[in-house]
Amino acid sequence: MARSPKQFVFGFTIIIAALGYLAYAGYEESKAYYRTVEEVKAMSREDIGDRRFRVGGDVDEGSIEWVGEGVDFRLLEEGHLLTVQYRGKDPVPDTFRDGSQAIVEGTLREDGTFHAMKIQAKCASKYEAEYDYENHSIESAAVVSEDPTY
Amino acid sequence: MLELGSVALMTLYPVCLFGIIASFLGGYQKNPRFVRAGERAVLFSCILVVLATAVLSIQFLQDDFSNAYVASHSNVDLHTIYKFTALWSGQEGSLLFWNCLLAMYAFAAVVSQRNRNRDLMPYVNGILLVSIFFFTTLHLFVVNPFRPLMLEQGTVLSTFTPIDGKGLNPLLQHPVMAIHPPMLYLGFVGFVVPFAFAMAALMVRSPGARWIRVTRRWTLFAWFFLTCGILLGARWAYVELGWGGYWAWDPVENASLMPWLTGTAFLHSVMIQEKKGMLKVWNVSLVIATYFLCLFGTFLTRSGVVSSVHAFAQSPIGGYFITFIVIGVGLSIWLVRSRREYLQSETVLDSVASRESSFLFNNLILLAACFAVLWGTLFPVISEAIQGEKISVGPPFFNKVNVPIGLFLLFLTGVGPLLAWRKTSWSGVRRNFTWPTITAVVVALALVAAGIREFYSVVCFALSMFVTTSIWMEFYRGARARMRQLGENLLAALLNLVGRNTRRYGGYIVHIGMVLLFAGIAGTAFNEDTRAELQAGESLTIGKYNVRVNEIQSGETPNYEYARAEVMVQSGDRTLRTMYPERRFYLASEQPSSEVEIHTTLREDLYVVYASAGPNGGAVLQVYRNPLVRWLWIGGLVVAFGTLITFLPNQKKVLA
Repeated sequence: MARSPKQFVFGFTIIIAALGYLAYAGYEESKAYYRTVEEVKAMSREDIGDRRFRVGGDVDEGSIEWVGEGVDFRLLEEGHLLTVQYRGKDPVPDTFRDGSQAIVEGTLREDGTFHAMKIQAKCASKYEAEYDYENHSIESAAVVSEDPTY
Repeated sequence: MLELGSVALMTLYPVCLFGIIASFLGGYQKNPRFVRAGERAVLFSCILVVLATAVLSIQFLQDDFSNAYVASHSNVDLHTIYKFTALWSGQEGSLLFWNCLLAMYAFAAVVSQRNRNRDLMPYVNGILLVSIFFFTTLHLFVVNPFRPLMLEQGTVLSTFTPIDGKGLNPLLQHPVMAIHPPMLYLGFVGFVVPFAFAMAALMVRSPGARWIRVTRRWTLFAWFFLTCGILLGARWAYVELGWGGYWAWDPVENASLMPWLTGTAFLHSVMIQEKKGMLKVWNVSLVIATYFLCLFGTFLTRSGVVSSVHAFAQSPIGGYFITFIVIGVGLSIWLVRSRREYLQSETVLDSVASRESSFLFNNLILLAACFAVLWGTLFPVISEAIQGEKISVGPPFFNKVNVPIGLFLLFLTGVGPLLAWRKTSWSGVRRNFTWPTITAVVVALALVAAGIREFYSVVCFALSMFVTTSIWMEFYRGARARMRQLGENLLAALLNLVGRNTRRYGGYIVHIGMVLLFAGIAGTAFNEDTRAELQAGESLTIGKYNVRVNEIQSGETPNYEYARAEVMVQSGDRTLRTMYPERRFYLASEQPSSEVEIHTTLREDLYVVYASAGPNGGAVLQVYRNPLVRWLWIGGLVVAFGTLITFLPNQKKVLA
């Protein structure tokens, strides 16, 4: 690379700079802050702004209400409840149900409800422990595996 | 049975340890007895791992629920094929399966290479055994696939065999899931062989590109399976997950893409070393990166480090993987540095307009893509470490960076083969570039005239045309020369052309496949979707399609409850087909699952999802119109076909 390093350095610099700019733009557009339900509830209006947040927790048992264009439910994390309205474009994942772990991404409204644009769900690992093997009068079998999916 | 599996794994441990010591000592002291012992250790560990894997498979097939892993991933009524595939449906089993493939690769490497590359083999064996040793450690101490199901009654623990198992996750009960994980794993694991040879070559200070020539087919083999595995994964997501797409920049998907990007860069840059003796450090670095990205990918997939909002490591294997990767990368870098005098370039780069420089740009850009994907995937971890604030980035980040990268790669795919080695003359540029440029410009103008304004799509289709024309010219010129000189007919000339240089022309066929793949991806810009609650007799319109709900049905089978819609799809006056998009609720595993219906043509897919029952008693349908998706799968097949061609040995001189 001895004879014409300048041309290469020039070319590479331009490419990297352009990609860096695009990466920054994509970051600004899609960044989402991880928050616990408790933190979300404690935030002031100024903290919230129009930032996107990513909140995780368990779907509160019995809170799921299907509405035409999405689903309403409550997210439970360490004793704190967050009311969530999911109105995203994608269908709700199959793994979403009472008691499953869910991660929602979206913005927080004035009235304190969470407006989710994205939703991910994973079956709770505790469902392993609750599994009741047929014809055995045992309430809870030992936890047999860490991760039931994939 | 359980005991047999455990004993096999426990025997494996000392065998590996012994083999590692014997191999490295034998190589260092040039002691043939130790070297032979190391080889036997590799062969014997392969037998042991295969035995353990076979035991686990038999336990699945025989419904032996005394094994905790079997009990939690299978049930009596599961289809036999899925009882077999359940082997890799969870962490314990998939790591065992990984180790099994690794040991089989090691076995094949020893059997095929031990007489040809005697100086390298002791070190190759040692490195392969270290990998097997690592996975065996995981089996024995962290995620044991042969754990008896234990039951806690008060304070007493006793073994316990339930009458039925918990069943396999319904999402994994799909034919693609039977072949996608093995293919991906064959790809991931396969890079261990070129890695081992590269490291061995450095250790013995073997000069030149010998390790590259020895491992060329191994690398292609791994790349072939990795490519197929990724595409099958995309296919599975598309037909099974029901969100209308095939790629979501999910950490698990990114995990498989990263080694593919560096592996692809490696396949290209080795040609420079073979032809020019350049880029030696670079090639060794790429093979190191690829191998450890494969391990890192398994770690990402298995540990839940990124997808989780909670603790850093959800699974105990995380720490083991990180430790192994950090030590491995550290040792590899140290080795490269200590051998750098053997890795000096033999020539210099002459011109920007040369074949070499197009390869160099190709490599840089592939690496940039890999880096962007890695950065985006790990962003929550990185931002937490630096800013103390966990932040994630989404698809816009990945798309913004990778779409232009993809297009630039496509451009290089077309330009590279047209440039001469060392330096391209102006007349050469004129001769080679005229037709591709003309056809590309015609396509671009035609698309703009047809009212298409999506910048990236227009560029993508124009570049696709550029590449297609340039490859077609390569075939045409080569065939024409043969027809003139040897009087062959067109077909014979083409076949002989490919046969005489399978590597080059197979590569071109792979490029054609990539063009089709890109066209399929470019179709995404024109996706449409709509969602509505429809009562029986109502319909919605998307594109040229009229989607009418005839009837809403519900019911149950022994396995699941379902709700579905009978949907009639019409285009104009023509009825295309009746669909039954369905939502199921599996009783055994208490999981819902969507069964989507897809009407596919070369032009576009109509993708219908039964989203839910509506509040007014109708069916909520989510309908997507996805143009050109089928070209993605066709492109994948062409890539696979082209790769197979590159495996073929070159024909010798044709005897007249």
